[in-house]
Amino acid sequence: MSFLKVNHLEKHFGPTRVLEDINFELEKGQVLVIIGSSGSGKTTLLRCLNFLETANQGSFSVGDEILFDAEQTYTDKQIREKRLKFGLVFQSFNLFPQYTVRQNITLAPKLMLKEKQLTAEQRKESLAQIEQKADELLESVGLKDRQDFYPCQLSGGQQQRVAIARALAMSPEILCFDEPTSALDPELTGEVLRVIQSLKGGDRTMIVVTHEMGFARDVADRVIFMADGVIEEEGTPDEVFGNPKSEKTRAFLAGVH
Amino acid sequence: MTFQQVTLSLAEGFLENCRLFLETLLFSIPLGLIISFGSMSKFKPLSFLVKIFVWCIRGTPLMLQLFVVFYVPGLLFDTPMRDRMLAALIAFVINYACYFSEIFRGGIESISKGQYEAGQVLGLTKTQIFFKIILLQVVKRIMPPMSNEIITLVKDTSLARVIAVGEILLAAERFAGKGLIWPLFYTGAYFLIFCGLLTILFGYLEKKLSYFKS
Ligand SMILES: Nc1ncnc2c1ncn2[C@@H]1O[C@H](COP(=O)(O)OP(=O)(O)OP(=O)(O)O)[C@@H](O)[C@H]1O
Ligand SMILES: [Mg+2]
Repeated sequence: MSFLKVNHLEKHFGPTRVLEDINFELEKGQVLVIIGSSGSGKTTLLRCLNFLETANQGSFSVGDEILFDAEQTYTDKQIREKRLKFGLVFQSFNLFPQYTVRQNITLAPKLMLKEKQLTAEQRKESLAQIEQKADELLESVGLKDRQDFYPCQLSGGQQQRVAIARALAMSPEILCFDEPTSALDPELTGEVLRVIQSLKGGDRTMIVVTHEMGFARDVADRVIFMADGVIEEEGTPDEVFGNPKSEKTRAFLAGVH
Repeated sequence: MTFQQVTLSLAEGFLENCRLFLETLLFSIPLGLIISFGSMSKFKPLSFLVKIFVWCIRGTPLMLQLFVVFYVPGLLFDTPMRDRMLAALIAFVINYACYFSEIFRGGIESISKGQYEAGQVLGLTKTQIFFKIILLQVVKRIMPPMSNEIITLVKDTSLARVIAVGEILLAAERFAGKGLIWPLFYTGAYFLIFCGLLTILFGYLEKKLSYFKS
């Protein structure tokens, strides 16, 4: 049984149809790469999964829990809980400028902890866990020595690595990336892509929207090509990149290479 | 009349200016925040009404507002304002809250949507996002216009003179009535020193917040 299931998802802004009948599935631990030209709806799809937009129709589920169904309405509190299944790394990093690297990573877990009813002892232990997790994350994105820097003191590539660590600190089931390297100078994309690549493996399920085709082919288990709000083609990287069936996919791939 | 006596008497008057200044700040900043939320409300009738109100206050002289607060209760409702200082305070708080609200609105609206969204996807509540992420960035951005406005407030406090609040200019005028003109000019020194101190304070605060860029 698939881990993530997206069924008949539709989104329109007023009269503009941005997503039409989006269906796909993803296994736990797999990496899905979404490619497609500008305006094809990739960002909107990630935003719907992260509850930043509300899809007009359809549903999606993670594990055996239906997270979203357009027929239902959800309270803010429910949405907050549901969206923690997903994490999102933005194109423009969106780090919190007034906090250090370490504080950016620990802010959300600590606020979450505050809301829980715990004894002083439990609280202390949880705090220690949060700090320990931050250490591990800083290590894994290679920024241990920058933990007390503020975002404005970091390069774009470093900022994006912090953003990745920050998203991971909430232990999302599925981590989404929206063009994580598009705002970076070309010489900085490598370090970010390497970090994403290194996250692959084990149980970590990821959805990556990217224009870096070489990276896409390397990291992906599944590839979706989107055009004008629909999934034009879906398959393994070898199928989509090596032997595209759709005329549009061929044209797109010819264009970017 | 010795220099020392004049100095003391003016200082007594200036104490009233300081009181009006501090109390106005104390109440108009929170009220300004509430008004700014009102003018940004998604509920159109509310934001419309609030904007009309802000327009009326910002579009008429503070001196006129002082007269209105002081005289209208007595003229219309037969309950004359006895406390002149209270009348001045009410007029100042409303007036400054409206100016501040526009500064707050500008500051809040200048924070990128991405900051809110980053907080949302991390599971923070709206309140947490505002207080833990947005507020300090807004404070940093509105520092320059706020310090301007606050320094203007220091000098505006002497407008309370028009409803005979015993502030520094009124004190100086009393000397002028007795043929002593120089105390009137001497009042300038009080304002200069007070504003100078505020300028130093704001400079310090701006420096304190310069550790991050947003
Ligand atoms: N809030 C919105 N209101 C109206 N239209 C929107 C909104 N957000 C996105 N759109 C439209 O939806 C379409 C898809 O946008 P989306 O950002 O999802 O594309 P994308 O595939 O991510 O493109 P890119 O590669 O440029 O990031 C575009 O035509 C865009 O103009
Ligand atoms: Mg996009």
